[in-house]
Amino acid sequence: MKRTLADRENVLGAALLAPALAYVLLLVGVPFVLAIALSFSTATAGSLSFNWVGWHNYSVILADPIFRRSLANTAIVTVGSQVLVIVLATAAAQVFRAAFRGKRAARFVLLLPWAVPVSLAAIAWTWIFDSTFSVINWTLKVAGLLHGWLYWLGEPGLALTAIIIVQAWRIFPFATVIVLAGLASIPQEVVEAAIVDGAGFWRRLFRVELPLLLPVVAVAVLFGVVYTATDLGVVYILTGGGPANTTQVLPTLAFQRGVLGADLGQGAAIAVFLVPFLVVVAILLLRVARRTEVGGGERR
Amino acid sequence: MKRVALYAAALGFMAFAGFPFYWMLITAFKQNRDLYVGAFDTRHVPWIFNDPPTLDHVRLLFSQTGFLRWVGNTLLVVAAVVVITLVVAVPAGYSLARLTGRWGERLGMGIFFTYLVPPTLLFIPFSRVVALLGLQNSLGALILVYPTITIPFCTWLVMGFMRSVPWDIEEQAMIDGYSRLAVILRVAPRLILPGILTVVVFTFTLVMQEFVYALTFISSVDRMTVSLGVPIALVRGDVYHWGSLMAAALFTSIPLAVIYNLFIDRFIQGFTMGAVKG
Repeated sequence: MKRTLADRENVLGAALLAPALAYVLLLVGVPFVLAIALSFSTATAGSLSFNWVGWHNYSVILADPIFRRSLANTAIVTVGSQVLVIVLATAAAQVFRAAFRGKRAARFVLLLPWAVPVSLAAIAWTWIFDSTFSVINWTLKVAGLLHGWLYWLGEPGLALTAIIIVQAWRIFPFATVIVLAGLASIPQEVVEAAIVDGAGFWRRLFRVELPLLLPVVAVAVLFGVVYTATDLGVVYILTGGGPANTTQVLPTLAFQRGVLGADLGQGAAIAVFLVPFLVVVAILLLRVARRTEVGGGERR
Repeated sequence: MKRVALYAAALGFMAFAGFPFYWMLITAFKQNRDLYVGAFDTRHVPWIFNDPPTLDHVRLLFSQTGFLRWVGNTLLVVAAVVVITLVVAVPAGYSLARLTGRWGERLGMGIFFTYLVPPTLLFIPFSRVVALLGLQNSLGALILVYPTITIPFCTWLVMGFMRSVPWDIEEQAMIDGYSRLAVILRVAPRLILPGILTVVVFTFTLVMQEFVYALTFISSVDRMTVSLGVPIALVRGDVYHWGSLMAAALFTSIPLAVIYNLFIDRFIQGFTMGAVKG
């Protein structure tokens, strides 16, 4: 067989790959570097000047109580919502793996929160948490559980709770589906062996299934953390960072300072604090996933 | 007994997931005097229609707001981003699955990881790039930037999809005398077709959902997309038209939810590849 250019796989492979690589390098790689460079400058939205100011932006924001609050809030919201997500998703997966009548309709409803655009979900929740018309308050009052009044989005503690609820609500269906995929991939013999050995439901769940599910749960949490920590829409629409900047998270503060306030340098410095957050989480979870996979291999 | 617990748990999860959508539905069709009764009035039940439903809010949404305009803008951006994503991501995914061997696997992971770089980190440098290109306040900015999210994920999806397609057909074509290039041009497109559909659907849902870049780049109401215009421009002047707002949210969510249900398994394959070995 004659070998021409049309048969050389590495040349063809590189040619087909080139546009994607170029796009990703130019429009993700370069802006990523630019984000870090901007955080060391006094760049403003109006001009194209680029003054190197070293760690100035970082020392300004680290001394700023609003920034420190937003950093803490990002951690609180992310951890709080993801703990809820893990609990809800493993429980929901146990329910939805069973066969029951009306399961298709149930699955449709379960997936709604994930399909709806974040901003539209957030506006619906804003209405649900309304200070005058909140249906939650009405229901709690009628049930006799509430005697005063809950200003959901007007009081810092409640507002953060509301944000955590919305983030968990929006991500748990996604996590549930991923855990379900994981459950489906557990070898049937393993589960049967556990049953033969006399393991009941809870023992089977905690000793057999959850350890095997760990890599999948790790993947769900990895995406959940990324989606929550870097999300702007929920906080921006629900509270706008208020009352009095007490619910700001890193993305909303970066938007306020960098885009609305036109201080690109400071905005970039705030956003850069998302990076170590994401890198650490990604490495940790990938390690967990890998270790569990190796362990599973030995047992087999 | 076990059945009862199962149904109760399923209903509980459905109630939590579906409650805001029930609330959209009931708000969208309630008369104002039924809608705006303070929650402290415990005799007025907000969960049901106390007065007959009305189409007033829906009529207002379609005739006196920019909703239809925003739908049009969104579809325009979707079409352009779909074309760009297909042209760039499909060949790349094929190449990673069939042509590049072992280093392709590493590179594929690398491309997928850029999907994790969030818009909230990139919107500040992008605001500069967009200004330099003179694309402020134009849909062109969104068409330029959205593929940074769709290309990594779709390249990954196509790669995974092609790995699941047996190599026989292409091999047979080469035995029949096709060059490698001819296989790519004439045989591969037919094999990839179902994968392409997933790419189109994913791109569509992603563009419908995106909020951060739209908020950063678009300022005029008549150039907004649905996910930006509804929460931002329907509440101008501190007056919330909750009926119309919830109608808009509902009409946008339902088609997306239907699509998600049809394609959920493909998406999940993309997310769990590696962690779940089926």
